[in-house]
Amino acid sequence: MSDTKKKETFGGTVGFVFIICLVCAALVSISAVGLKPLQTANKLLDKQTKILEAAGLLAFAGDDVVATYNKFVDAKMISLATGKVIEGNVKTFDERADARDTTKSSKPEDDIAGINRQADNAVVYLVKDEQGEVSTIVLPIVGSGLWDLMYGFVGLESDLNTVKSVIYSDLKETPGLGAEVLNPKWKALWPGKKMFDEQGNIAIEIVKGGAKAGNVYGVDALSGATLTSNGVENTLHFWLGKEGYGPFITNYRDGGLN
Amino acid sequence: MSTDTKKVLFGPVVDNNPIALQVLGVCSALAVTSSLANALVMTLAVMLVTGFSNLFISLIRNQIPSSVRIIVQMVIIASLVILVDQVLKAFSYQLSKELSVFIGLIITNCIVMGRAEAFAMKEKPGVSFLDGIGNGLGYGAVLMVVAFFRELFGFGTLFGFEVFTLIQNDGWYQGNGLLVLPFSSFFIIGLIIWAIRQFKPEQVEKD
Repeated sequence: MSDTKKKETFGGTVGFVFIICLVCAALVSISAVGLKPLQTANKLLDKQTKILEAAGLLAFAGDDVVATYNKFVDAKMISLATGKVIEGNVKTFDERADARDTTKSSKPEDDIAGINRQADNAVVYLVKDEQGEVSTIVLPIVGSGLWDLMYGFVGLESDLNTVKSVIYSDLKETPGLGAEVLNPKWKALWPGKKMFDEQGNIAIEIVKGGAKAGNVYGVDALSGATLTSNGVENTLHFWLGKEGYGPFITNYRDGGLN
Repeated sequence: MSTDTKKVLFGPVVDNNPIALQVLGVCSALAVTSSLANALVMTLAVMLVTGFSNLFISLIRNQIPSSVRIIVQMVIIASLVILVDQVLKAFSYQLSKELSVFIGLIITNCIVMGRAEAFAMKEKPGVSFLDGIGNGLGYGAVLMVVAFFRELFGFGTLFGFEVFTLIQNDGWYQGNGLLVLPFSSFFIIGLIIWAIRQFKPEQVEKD
């Protein structure tokens, strides 16, 4: 074997490694740059699909998610502290990147959702009906489950109280237990529930053992997944509260979004 | 197809299975076998990576300075893995969301390194490529069997289609919580190894 092999020299070895690295680096760069547009489109499509699902428009959209989204959904940047709509590029906004950036985020005072840092701004999605009236508002939410943060969306009717949906898009909960938040049967418990009672206090709760029939504030807990269920409740309480979308909801509760 | 080619390509499926006999790549076999779809994609990814890393390493086997050969192998393998990950992200976003972590870990999958070092450094490119694909097949065969049992008895589905209706969907079947968790694969892989060795006693190690 050593007959066919060239003698190893220091320069030869370094040169060889250099060439290999160059070729591999070129290959990786070309694939990363070349496939970037497709990957970004996929990511956006995934998000738009979830937003349409939260607005109850997914079945209506069929295969044409992008066109339906563009027609009915209006994304608006808001400041969480004031609850007012502000200027901002909703296309490039990335709540997770903002939450990591100390200049664009803060620590919540009462961090019941266990998120550690929260972005100062948020993008909310106003979903219009055929007449162009805002019929659903989709709010992004995040909070700790059992294992990790759970990202999702909550869809509210235009009174900003009646629930349309609670849809999780990104979570690492235990399959068969906590991950049952993705089960269509559990998701079907949400429509028609009320987030706030008549005095305007947050009233939504996850009830262990099952909510009584007619309880508009209670949703059945997931059996075998107490910590995930608590996580969902805490997430909703945080985001509906004064550090979440509370100010926004107060501003626009009596219409005004149209 | 000559018998030699057949042996290289299909030998690793039962006779020289990378998981059951060589006991390589068990870690990823635990993680990705919760559903058949995941296992299938992982199989394809590993097959492509082992095949092509074997091919490329074999092509330059006489040029690789032996003092840095492991590093060179790693660079080639890592590049291929990144390539697979990028392609998956671009064409199958849902699957890549679930599998991305494990695809990245193919770099450390001992099967890939093992075949590069044990086979591709000595043999011709064509046969090395087949050896890589064959070992991917062997890895995949075990993965699919494990995933079959885990998905069927853990979730009551096969490839996402309902076979047993779960209690939480008003059915009769209580999903097996143990099989949902990764470590249950240890038991299934153990049983597979036992079954193979019942039929192939020559695989049993001497005391």
